[in-house]
Amino acid sequence: MPITRDVKTHIRRSPYQAMAATLTMFLTFLVGGVFFLATMTSVMVLGYFEGKPQITVFLTPKAGQLEADNLKAKLESTGKVASTQYVSKEEALTIYRQQNQNDPLLLEMVTADILPASLEVSATDPQYLSELVTAIEGTEGVDEVVYQRDVVDSLLSWTNAIRLVGGTLALLLVIDSLLIIGTVIAMKIALKREEIEILMLVGASPWAIRAPFVLEGGVYGLVGAGLASVILGALIAWLRPYLFSFLGSIPPFGMLLGSLTSPVFLISIAVFIAANLLVGFILGAIGSSIALRRYLK
Amino acid sequence: MIYFSNVSKYYPGNIPGLIDVTVEIPAGEFVFLIGPSGSGKTTFLRLLIRDLLPSSGVITIENADISKFTPSNIHILRRKVGIVFQDFKLLLDRTVYENIAMVLEILGKPERDIEKGVMNVLDLVGLPDKRNLFPMQLSAGEMQRTSIARAIVGGPKILLADEPTGNLDPDTAWGIMDILKEVNDLGTTVIVASHNADIVNKMKKRTLTIKGGGVVRDEARGHYHLEKHEKKAVTKGGKHDANH
Repeated sequence: MPITRDVKTHIRRSPYQAMAATLTMFLTFLVGGVFFLATMTSVMVLGYFEGKPQITVFLTPKAGQLEADNLKAKLESTGKVASTQYVSKEEALTIYRQQNQNDPLLLEMVTADILPASLEVSATDPQYLSELVTAIEGTEGVDEVVYQRDVVDSLLSWTNAIRLVGGTLALLLVIDSLLIIGTVIAMKIALKREEIEILMLVGASPWAIRAPFVLEGGVYGLVGAGLASVILGALIAWLRPYLFSFLGSIPPFGMLLGSLTSPVFLISIAVFIAANLLVGFILGAIGSSIALRRYLK
Repeated sequence: MIYFSNVSKYYPGNIPGLIDVTVEIPAGEFVFLIGPSGSGKTTFLRLLIRDLLPSSGVITIENADISKFTPSNIHILRRKVGIVFQDFKLLLDRTVYENIAMVLEILGKPERDIEKGVMNVLDLVGLPDKRNLFPMQLSAGEMQRTSIARAIVGGPKILLADEPTGNLDPDTAWGIMDILKEVNDLGTTVIVASHNADIVNKMKKRTLTIKGGGVVRDEARGHYHLEKHEKKAVTKGGKHDANH
């Protein structure tokens, strides 16, 4: 395999340049990976909250199914409600027990009577939320309206901020990586100009001459991305208990972070690492190709 | 085999390299290109490997117009034409074996064929025991033998040699010429640009004399008596000489 042999020789003979290129790639993928994971998390959390009933109407202690049905009919007549769900006092108690099953002290003191019945209302479009809230607040039997738009708005602005900062930083690092790999490869081309000239004279095809350089850039990307993936994987494993307690009640995270050995977690990590390696290789190869286009006509 | 039809080459600044050259070289021939430095011998050879493109005229090899080759397929032409340089152009960080094997690796030959091919040409040039040495461990003659081995290992139909004995002592130079003659005897067309009058005169091969970019003499059994024949060509009003 002359091409892989050439790549090994290229890298071995200029270890510092190879290290510079690999470390830049590593940083790009580490920072890019952190922001990618943060963006994915915030998007999933946002999706979860957006998909949940946006308004929870708590009824007065005396109110029950009848008041809820009246309110439901009133809201449905506006045509702006996607769905409603009545949660009785008993159901509220069941949910409460589930949420606090590990804390018997909290369970002992609570009965169905002290929990309010509620109606969960989902709007067809978030823009109708404030209108619906106004209509609900004037209705008989309504005690309190919890309005999730504030939560969603705040999450949305966080998600956008993470996307903007992460995206900009990752873009700058990608440009930096391309330039560094391009520079390293350009130096190699200059050092090997005589060899390239001889190879061309003895009948090497353009690809045979370019392939070792393209592969070399790809290897820098691959190794950099691989190292970053290992660090990110370790970080996720280390932070898992904390993340699980924080995000575990949201279904995708519950499944993902439930156990380090669950198939879902292992497959997700494998896909993440494979995607990183592939993107790393492609990015490195692009950096080399830029140098080849510029310096090897 | 090789046909130059009214080929001219001008370098930037309108400096003539070759002027209106028409020459035919049949397959299997051994040809010397002689002439003073700067006369156009190297231009002739560089045009043949399409390292340069003619300013006008057509060069064909096996009836294919070589100006039609592009940078993406020029390697197809280069595999037909081996070339040997005065300064050897060997890769100093590779052994004799690796320098030669490189050509067969480029052709995608399997390892076993590469070893067989390299050993065959090393036998031909008389260097089988030097296969693991690096160029800096060789004499100039051995380096040139390695360079010839590299040029012929891929089985080219044409072998070009640009002053192959320029850096060598007379005995070593004759050794190199013997190898080139042997390569020619095996069927390869050989074109040698040379300054070595003794070799040209004794080998009695077809000789093209180039001066000022033009072919001023084409003899079947050439001699290196440039001055005398130049004068003759000028008095006959040879059109190539009129250009300088």
